[in-house]
Amino acid sequence: MPTLTGPLVNVEAVMLESRANALSQRSIKTSAKLEGITLAIRCIDLTTLEGKDSRGRVRSLCAKAVNPRPGWPNVPSVAAVCVYPNLVPVAKQALSGTSVKVASVATAFPSGLSSLDVKLADTAAALESGADEIDMVIDRGAFLSGDEGTVFAEIGAVKQLCGNAHLKVILETGELGTYDNIRRASDLALEAGADVIKTSTGKVGTNATFPTALVMCEAIRDFARRTGERRGLKVAGGVRNTKQALTYLVIVKETLGDAWLTPDRFRIGASSLLDDLLMQLEKEETGHYAGTDYIPKD
Amino acid sequence: MAIFDYAPAPESVRPQIREDYGLFIDGRWMPPESGAFFETVNPANETVLARVAQAGQADVDRAVRAARKAYDKYWRKLKSADRAKYIYRIARAITERSRELAVLETMDGGKPIKESRDFDIPMSAAHFFYYAGWADKLEWVMRAGRDAQSLGVCGQIVPWNFPLLMAAWKLAPALACGNTVVLKPAETTPLTALALAQIIEECDLPPGVVNVVTGDGTTGAALVEHPDVDKIAFTGSTEVGKAIARRLGGSDKRLTLELGGKAAHIVFADAPMDQAIEGVVNGIYFNQGHVCCAGSRLLVEERVHDEIIVRLTERLQTLRLGDPLDKNTDIGAINSRAQLERIEELVRSGVEQGATLVQQQCDLPSRGFFFPASFFTNVHQSHRIAREEIFGPVLSILTFRTPDEAVEKANNTPYGLSAGIWTEKGSKNMWVAQRLRAGVVWCNTFNQFDPSSPFGGYRESGFGREGGVHGLYEYLAH
Repeated sequence: MPTLTGPLVNVEAVMLESRANALSQRSIKTSAKLEGITLAIRCIDLTTLEGKDSRGRVRSLCAKAVNPRPGWPNVPSVAAVCVYPNLVPVAKQALSGTSVKVASVATAFPSGLSSLDVKLADTAAALESGADEIDMVIDRGAFLSGDEGTVFAEIGAVKQLCGNAHLKVILETGELGTYDNIRRASDLALEAGADVIKTSTGKVGTNATFPTALVMCEAIRDFARRTGERRGLKVAGGVRNTKQALTYLVIVKETLGDAWLTPDRFRIGASSLLDDLLMQLEKEETGHYAGTDYIPKD
Repeated sequence: MAIFDYAPAPESVRPQIREDYGLFIDGRWMPPESGAFFETVNPANETVLARVAQAGQADVDRAVRAARKAYDKYWRKLKSADRAKYIYRIARAITERSRELAVLETMDGGKPIKESRDFDIPMSAAHFFYYAGWADKLEWVMRAGRDAQSLGVCGQIVPWNFPLLMAAWKLAPALACGNTVVLKPAETTPLTALALAQIIEECDLPPGVVNVVTGDGTTGAALVEHPDVDKIAFTGSTEVGKAIARRLGGSDKRLTLELGGKAAHIVFADAPMDQAIEGVVNGIYFNQGHVCCAGSRLLVEERVHDEIIVRLTERLQTLRLGDPLDKNTDIGAINSRAQLERIEELVRSGVEQGATLVQQQCDLPSRGFFFPASFFTNVHQSHRIAREEIFGPVLSILTFRTPDEAVEKANNTPYGLSAGIWTEKGSKNMWVAQRLRAGVVWCNTFNQFDPSSPFGGYRESGFGREGGVHGLYEYLAH
């Protein structure tokens, strides 16, 4: 069974967290804050992943994704809208003719505990409905029991099915327990063909954190150094305010470099974050905070 | 084109700086007898911040007399719990004025504001809090059945690299033990010690318990040689430390010395590499390398040498050198022109002796004293840059093949203040740590400090410990 060929990389938690904390202390002001907010908006995967998601809800979200702040022409569209497979056709239709991509979770999201056949069928259905990007989950049970071959093979099979569609591989870092495991899973996913490695489903207690993003950036950087290929990072879950979003940009900038500060290589999966970015943007441009009712709530 | 460049983020608070500072003696500010003042400059832009009194023999005499009087009449008789209250008061006042003190420290010394804000000032307050708690529990420092007795008048001489913090390290335990103090701050960085004197004044400490005399080396020498001083505590260069030790030889003055270092920072091939690189960066570039316990000799296992050079070279480019008051600055100004010249001279010697210099690529500000983050490869134990303390942002990288060789090279120095070890193997970490002759050994981390943890050197890095219970012992009669 194919598996990881790169070196085993250890991570020391104390120093990792201290470095992540130092990066979170960067003071992003004035022109940098404006640029960062705009960049963060461009990198958002505007997400709705609830059991009660409906066609109407997805259409509203798509409208907001394309034009987050009507009347403010400088506010860009987000990168993508992220939905369950059943709602891909709705999103696809609502976003036709725009730059906003449709991303679909797949492979028995969020647990990933189905047979490979079911996972592939799930992915195929999303792709057939027009998904541009697939957010798959790894089988954490297999990973934690040491069955890395299965994880590797599943990612490979989904990647093959995806063809040109962008594949984001969710590691669900909150379930992996240690930074060593997060680093190992990152290396495994990158080597198996992930275009992007993603922190979380948003469905467990701990989602994206700064040290987690840092350790994943280090994996992406080392992979690029080894192979010359620039893969991407997506942080998801719990990214609610501008300060957090700017810190993730800082982590990416200072670990991977400016070449990664693009929606092709960096995404933030979020729903309410966009509202805070818009509020902070308005504050930077006008000097005043708008009331939350001035921001479209979808 | 660069994306998402950080805009300037200067700290906006401006501390009150007087035009002239006299000496703080017997609870009052007074001019020096000689009338002589010297200027203290901001090393980041070479502007004069204030004029500071040059204390001479007569002033030191006055300060020691005031300290003796305060000791005999008041401080030694005070209930220890009441001493604690004064020290707590100082700790709280430092906390309340931390932002102003941080800016002052950065302006006078050149260190990045993030370091003075997040390290120097909070740690200074922490030392006063910690030792305040000890003041009425001193019998626990002594062996059972022995009383804890104060020493008397302490002369304390502190360096310019952590001006307020070093003053705190010295003052807090001395006061907690019931001693009175004459403090001599460094010539290039007197302002936070003078601000501390103002705080002490506002905290209503009895006059003469703490006296601050500013000046150059002659002021320090007068303090060292003063017959009525019971103890000298000095932090600074090994050269001056040796001179002090010679002068005090045969006298009954107590002495503790915290001197230079040339710490070995050992990285094994099985180290958690990204974090080891961060540890190395922190170890040598923290405070522009003006750190006596800096990890200035990097010993790397030969098989990972090239990988480490690649990673370190890349990491160097992300360090931000510039205005120390900018909150995003990682490397601030070199403390003084004299220090900059010493760094430049040693770096030249490294190049001349055949080592390979790698430097951060960046523009240096046109004014002020700056030196880019640098390291040398192809360094050998015989090179000056492998033996002498550079006290700047310059790392010397050597290699080893086995743990035995790592230990041998690490210990092959007259110094012994600190050391660092990076390996995933716990047993190897302990094996090496036990064999390193250094006062502090950090395992898979570096530059960790806490008031409860003792700090001090072996051999030419000095003797005596500061911090923790051990730090109290140095200020008690035994």
